[in-house]
Amino acid sequence: MPGAIYAEGLVKTFGDVRALDGVDLDVPEGTVLGLLGPNGAGKTTTVRCLTTLLRPDSGRAVVAGIDVLDHPDQVRRSIGLSGQFAAVDEYLTGRENLQMVGQLYQMSAKAAKARAGELLDQFNLADAADRPAKTYSGGMRRRLDLAAALVVSPPVMFMDEPTTGLDPRNRQQLWEVIKQLVSGGTTLLLTTQYLEEADHLAHDIAVVDHGRVIARGTSDQLKARTGGERVEVVVHEREHMAAAAEVLAGFGKGDTTVEEHTRKLTVPVTGGAKLLAEVIRELDVRGIEIDDIGLRRPTLDDVFLSLTGHAAEVKDADEDDEGGTSADTRGRKRKKESVK
Amino acid sequence: MSAVTDAAPRATRPHPLGQSVRDSLVVAKRNLIRMSRIPEMIIFGLFQPIMFVVLFSYVFGGSMNIGGSTDSGVYREFLMAGIFAQTVTFATAGAGAGIAEDMHKGLVDRFRSLPMARGAVLTGRTLADLVQTALTLLVLAIVALLVGWRTHTNVGEVLGAFGLLLLMGYAFTWIGALIGLSVRTPEAATSGGLVWLFPVTFVSNAFVDSSRMTPWLRHIAEWNPFSATVQACRELFGNPGVSNSGAWPMEHPVWASLIYSALIIVIFRTLAVRKYRSATA
Repeated sequence: MPGAIYAEGLVKTFGDVRALDGVDLDVPEGTVLGLLGPNGAGKTTTVRCLTTLLRPDSGRAVVAGIDVLDHPDQVRRSIGLSGQFAAVDEYLTGRENLQMVGQLYQMSAKAAKARAGELLDQFNLADAADRPAKTYSGGMRRRLDLAAALVVSPPVMFMDEPTTGLDPRNRQQLWEVIKQLVSGGTTLLLTTQYLEEADHLAHDIAVVDHGRVIARGTSDQLKARTGGERVEVVVHEREHMAAAAEVLAGFGKGDTTVEEHTRKLTVPVTGGAKLLAEVIRELDVRGIEIDDIGLRRPTLDDVFLSLTGHAAEVKDADEDDEGGTSADTRGRKRKKESVK
Repeated sequence: MSAVTDAAPRATRPHPLGQSVRDSLVVAKRNLIRMSRIPEMIIFGLFQPIMFVVLFSYVFGGSMNIGGSTDSGVYREFLMAGIFAQTVTFATAGAGAGIAEDMHKGLVDRFRSLPMARGAVLTGRTLADLVQTALTLLVLAIVALLVGWRTHTNVGEVLGAFGLLLLMGYAFTWIGALIGLSVRTPEAATSGGLVWLFPVTFVSNAFVDSSRMTPWLRHIAEWNPFSATVQACRELFGNPGVSNSGAWPMEHPVWASLIYSALIIVIFRTLAVRKYRSATA
């Protein structure tokens, strides 16, 4: 039996761009799926297809047991959507916003009013309830947007990058809210480009790139795919890099990655802290001065890199100037360019 | 927080027509609240027609020939129906900009994910604009009275004329809605919503006697839906300058105005609602 959110072979093209290239998803009832990927991977398009905002060119989607393409109106009764850009009317007060949404969910004016009051209390917005939303902070707006998505307590929720642009404190707060929500049994599909967020909130993670799900599993399963821990060394002198690489090769269980410009060398290892101590000793014996050394366990960032060849938190602007992408990506890009 | 997923009222399934009316009113209320919190918009909306009244009647007034009279008082009475009509059409740009902004800000996504009537977001917006247009007309009529405009018929006919004006204004907001849904930014909707109004309102009988135009231009002016409403208003106000043209809309301006407005609503509402259903920000 398909889960609360089920998609099979979703394809959507915009002109020449194949935004979705056969997305398959299956989210069991009461669980959280984190849809993880960089900008332009197809996360938002997937959410838009599942929430009836966009009709896929082909494929099938079932949400809360209802076929999305055949009965979009029925699907809308069973879902809540919280968008990437907090979609509240900034000239309306928090209360007015929630009341309006309630009425548009076909609640009576009275019921919508009562529900708005409840939600404002629950989301700590009671004090600001009668102020226009444009006076709210970013975090408050997100909470209001989330509250609007919860007016009818839908069994299935979609959140498109709920914490993008929030400061760490507000992000933490919103995470707590989301955790409490899903502990009540709501099925949630959450998109994010923050690996930490998916790790934190989701039972399962689907990694999306170029309109496809390229990997799927629990956070631990995905990390296991990337292999175990690794030693990372930053040498002080560029001339010492070759010698350091030689040392690491002796301890490593795989190829050593060398990044010239950051003077960083990375090698997969087994043996933990004891091995790390041996590496330090050996480097010392050979007179290789080091700026930094550490034992790193794989993060979801590494998972993403090993799956896609580029880092996950790639921002649009950074793609142009290569300035903000991770060192690994830069290294690879440079190498590719030099081959050309 | 624990109560978030507890028994909240479920969405129910109401009658389609009743739902459509109710949802439209909910959205209209939202837009009216919005407008009341941005009073600058209403003030600027009033400023332009008042400026036109003053500029046209005092600057052009003396050099216009209306039905053989060059008296500026005659021109002022002639002018008002034109200014009223032009004013109601300018609501178009507001509707377009408002809808484009809702798309831009993601509100249309929110609305489209709700189990609400399909056309209600647009109908609600156009109804709110109708209220604003009515207020603008009221203020403008007072200004017109102050500068010497008078009607020479009965109350029923005068109210009828304002009814036709509001109907045309309402019809035009659907054109604005379609423009708003078709452009990428609110700014584009504002300029795109205004630019076509200049030929429509100037190639007409609104500010000059269209019978003095070059024949081909005269035909366009006389069959211009906008001219029909202006002609109807002059007739119903008993103001000077009613065209003697044999063109059907000039001979039957009230009917022509009603038919044109109804046609515009049917055509542009259909197009706009269809566009809304597939709208993407």
